[in-house]
Amino acid sequence: MNKFTALYRSSVGKKIIMSLSGLFLCTFLIVHASVNLFLFKGAEAYNTASHFMSSNIIIRLVEVVLFVGLLAHMISGVVVWIQNRMTRPVGYQMYRLKDNTKLSSRTPMLTTSASLVAFFLVSHLLTFWIPTRFGADPKLPYDMVADAFSQSSMAVFYIVAVAFLGFHLKHGFQSGFQTLGLSTNRYKWLIDSVAVIFWLIIPLVFASMPAYFLWFQ
Amino acid sequence: MDFKLKIWRQKNRNDKGQFVDYEVKAVSPDASFLEMLDILNDTLVKKGEEPIAFDHDCREGICGSCGMVIDGRSHGPGRGIATCELRMRVFRDSDTIVAEPWRTKAFPILKDLIVDRTALDRIMAAGGYISSKTGGVPEANSIPVPKHDAEESMDAAACIGCGACVAACPNSSAMLFVAAKVSQFALLPQGKIERKERVLRMVEQMDKEGFGNCSNNYACEAECPKKISVTHIARLNREFIRAELT
Amino acid sequence: MTLDSKIPSGPIEKKWDTHRFNMKLVNPSNRRKYTVIMVGTGLAGASAAASLGELGYNVLAFSYHESPRRAHSIAAQGGINAPKNYSNDGDSIWRLFYDTVKGGDYRAREANVYRLAQVSGNIIDQCVAQGVPFARDYAGYLDNRSFGGAQVSRTFYARGQTGQQLLMGAYSALSRQINAGTVKFFPRREMLDLVIVNGQARGIICRDLVTGKIETYAANAVVLATGGYANTFYLSTMAKASNATALWRAYKKGAAFANPCFTQIHPTCIPQGGPYQSKLTLMSESLRNDGRIWVPKKKGETRKPQDIPEEERDYYLERMYPSFGNLVPRDVASRRAKEMCDKGFGVGSTGLAVYLDFADAISRLGKHVIEERYGNLCDMYHEITAEDPYTTPMRIYPAAHYTMGGLWVDYNLMSTIPGLFVGGEANFSDHGANRLGASALMQGLADGYFILPYTLGNYLASTKFDSVKTSDGAFKEAQSGIEDMIKRLMSINGKKTVEEFHRELGKVMWEFVGMGRNKTRLQQALKEIPQIREEFWKNVKVVGAANDLNAELERAGRVADFLELGELLALDALHREESCGGHFREEHQTEEGEALRNDKKFSYVAAWEFAGVGTKPVLNKEPLKFEYVKPSQRSYK
Repeated sequence: MNKFTALYRSSVGKKIIMSLSGLFLCTFLIVHASVNLFLFKGAEAYNTASHFMSSNIIIRLVEVVLFVGLLAHMISGVVVWIQNRMTRPVGYQMYRLKDNTKLSSRTPMLTTSASLVAFFLVSHLLTFWIPTRFGADPKLPYDMVADAFSQSSMAVFYIVAVAFLGFHLKHGFQSGFQTLGLSTNRYKWLIDSVAVIFWLIIPLVFASMPAYFLWFQ
Repeated sequence: MDFKLKIWRQKNRNDKGQFVDYEVKAVSPDASFLEMLDILNDTLVKKGEEPIAFDHDCREGICGSCGMVIDGRSHGPGRGIATCELRMRVFRDSDTIVAEPWRTKAFPILKDLIVDRTALDRIMAAGGYISSKTGGVPEANSIPVPKHDAEESMDAAACIGCGACVAACPNSSAMLFVAAKVSQFALLPQGKIERKERVLRMVEQMDKEGFGNCSNNYACEAECPKKISVTHIARLNREFIRAELT
Repeated sequence: MTLDSKIPSGPIEKKWDTHRFNMKLVNPSNRRKYTVIMVGTGLAGASAAASLGELGYNVLAFSYHESPRRAHSIAAQGGINAPKNYSNDGDSIWRLFYDTVKGGDYRAREANVYRLAQVSGNIIDQCVAQGVPFARDYAGYLDNRSFGGAQVSRTFYARGQTGQQLLMGAYSALSRQINAGTVKFFPRREMLDLVIVNGQARGIICRDLVTGKIETYAANAVVLATGGYANTFYLSTMAKASNATALWRAYKKGAAFANPCFTQIHPTCIPQGGPYQSKLTLMSESLRNDGRIWVPKKKGETRKPQDIPEEERDYYLERMYPSFGNLVPRDVASRRAKEMCDKGFGVGSTGLAVYLDFADAISRLGKHVIEERYGNLCDMYHEITAEDPYTTPMRIYPAAHYTMGGLWVDYNLMSTIPGLFVGGEANFSDHGANRLGASALMQGLADGYFILPYTLGNYLASTKFDSVKTSDGAFKEAQSGIEDMIKRLMSINGKKTVEEFHRELGKVMWEFVGMGRNKTRLQQALKEIPQIREEFWKNVKVVGAANDLNAELERAGRVADFLELGELLALDALHREESCGGHFREEHQTEEGEALRNDKKFSYVAAWEFAGVGTKPVLNKEPLKFEYVKPSQRSYK
């Protein structure tokens, strides 16, 4: 335990926690996006998949880990952010960070995307997860999604939110590998290629649902 | 070439400091930025004013003494150069140039553009060495090192300890500096023996000194006068995990 | 003053071993009771401080830099010699010894040079163990190159940053001792005086360069490793802050200054661009391994170098020295370049440059090989001049670069003041009248790692010490002397800046005491330098405050010393009526323009003893005997 707190106290340790939890959350996105794809197969398929996800015991256990990961990621993120803010009490008169960094990697963009994604998550859980999981809403999952996304405000909110998620992952995915020390000259191309799945394809999949219900139904 | 300058003046550690405007005229485009400051200082001294204090020494980009943020960039515009290697020809005539010191809590300002970077020395003292004793070492060629490893180690060892990475980082992180040293030794058989203690101690000292966390935005690599790659930071992370896990 | 070199008896290859055995040792548990002051933490200082700390002595190390890593040793590019014979080309300790004595034009002490050659192999072992990333071959073994006129490949290197890597090695060893508490490091402190108690060097006076506070430190012995004095020339390849103040103040306290006129001019520097220029940038002379030096055959040539056909180029070094070609020693290459320019064949806007051309090497080996070997130098050149050396020949010109002279030391590296030791470039000991390429790093580290730790111990073990405190009269007196000097500098409030005086001195030094020296010009220098000095003390303007970080005040003190040292340098050059190594007296040359030594009259070390500012110093001579390397006329034809 001592070793673990020491690890967490160190700057590198906190980042390792962030990257491990972040990358774990990325794997969840694959599952989530795959299940969502059942929407396009029709109401019945989606309802079955949804039922499976909320009743299977293994999934339920993983869910707990997922929440722990999410919390760890968020808490570490906030701690790192606060610590970093304190390192430069007097700022620069002129600071051309944009000459040196990618937009997605800059702290303001990271924190913006992070807070937006966090806000989105809460609202997302309230809209879909709690009702499905605890059966508070008598509606079938498919109808719930269809209802929600037929409101244009909700659909647009979702599309914007997953765009920010993609943006967050544009930095986050490669950053996770860098922090774990896996980003070497030899494998950088591989990481960058796989990253496309996470910052582009998965957000597109997520965005396709509200778009589908809003414009095509 | 003529220039308008906005330069940070601060009497000492405790002074608040402020920007002061200056003008320099008829500077040769081949002059270095520091030589331009020399010219300005010369006129200040003649007027009986205090010249602008800035650190400098070798003026060939190797001692790491000089360093300031010029127009928002560590060591000014250009890649792979220290301030002393910055030539005035990269600016446009009658440009206004802003020069300010490295700004981070870990480098207190001593005067004007001079900061105290001894925090970096303390990180070195915490573990930036191989504990070989004078005299008690084997024949040099008894430790073969694969050429590729030696080259990569040298890439890291090129660090001049100027602090540009810290100054450029939005988090004032010293990771590139520390990583360069950890990586240099981790790549060599001589350095592998103390690899665990080294990385843990150096990271611990780095944190103590008040540098920030690395958020992998790579501004450091972009501003490093020796173009040290962030892959060395990845190696530091790897070394750190290895040290924690094994 | 008597100069006892204390060279041990016996055959030369046994001298150091015998001497080490005869030395007294300090009991390990007693070592921490001895305090040693180390002034300067470059290669020699950092390595000595680390080694002494490791042995258990209480070391106080001082540097005017914020960190030992900023010392100018860092700028050495080319490499470090060691006769490991890894290249199987017949190298040996004897050959390195022979080459160094011969290269030094028979003005070095044989015993010292032999010891240097002897320990140089250990330096490489030491550095490798410290993690210095030397260049390697594909089998993983250390790579060597031939350097600066040597006919064997004995130079170890780390790209073009060998000095940096070796300094980082010494600095890391020092950092380890700082961490262990055996060495206390004082950054941003400048030594301004030496304190002598009962004839022994027992402490120093320092100025804290941040607060301006004058501080005193006491010890059992003081080591100066403060580098050379090439900045006497104003424009040199030295770092801006490099100065002779520590040496000079010790000289004024009674340490003899040896062979000040032995200064080295480096042939491959980037030429001066304008009056604003603050320093000359050196490029490693390893460039001469693959670059060919030439000038146009026509005076006042205006064509671009690429447009000048082969037959209209004069590869003058290859023409004059068929067997050594472009690899003749530094002094020869430098002098010939200046000669070519003086005759009107010079190139570039100032006409003070010659070409160094890689075109042949690139077509023979390919651009990538040249890039691999000299990439960083080419980048640097490109950065400074905005010209691409891969397509346009480089322009080069000589510049003051290294000083072989320095404080006189005996075999133990102790000066004429008991307890004052001098290491590295600051002493005069090993290079004679001319230093070979890649030998400066070697000497600095030899002194620091392998010589001072022994000889200092011997001194401490065999000397009786009175208890000394910084509150003693000698310290108070020295301190008030320095405070008075600072007050005086600050109160002149004249019209000329310190920099102007330095430039003025530099001009005189370069014109009259530079490469080709003669009686008339030296006498002119001896007339002008005191005039500049006199004006300095009446008309210098030092702004700012004494109790503050004040670069102008720092510089004023240093220039004041250069203004005295320059005179000694010229005086020594005038007295040495011969040409040898880096000292070329135009009156003494062969018909072909080669240096002509006068072994009968000048085979000695000239050790000057201070007699007051403006008063002619006393010349003491240490005769040099050559038992193993018989003096011969140098010939690189």
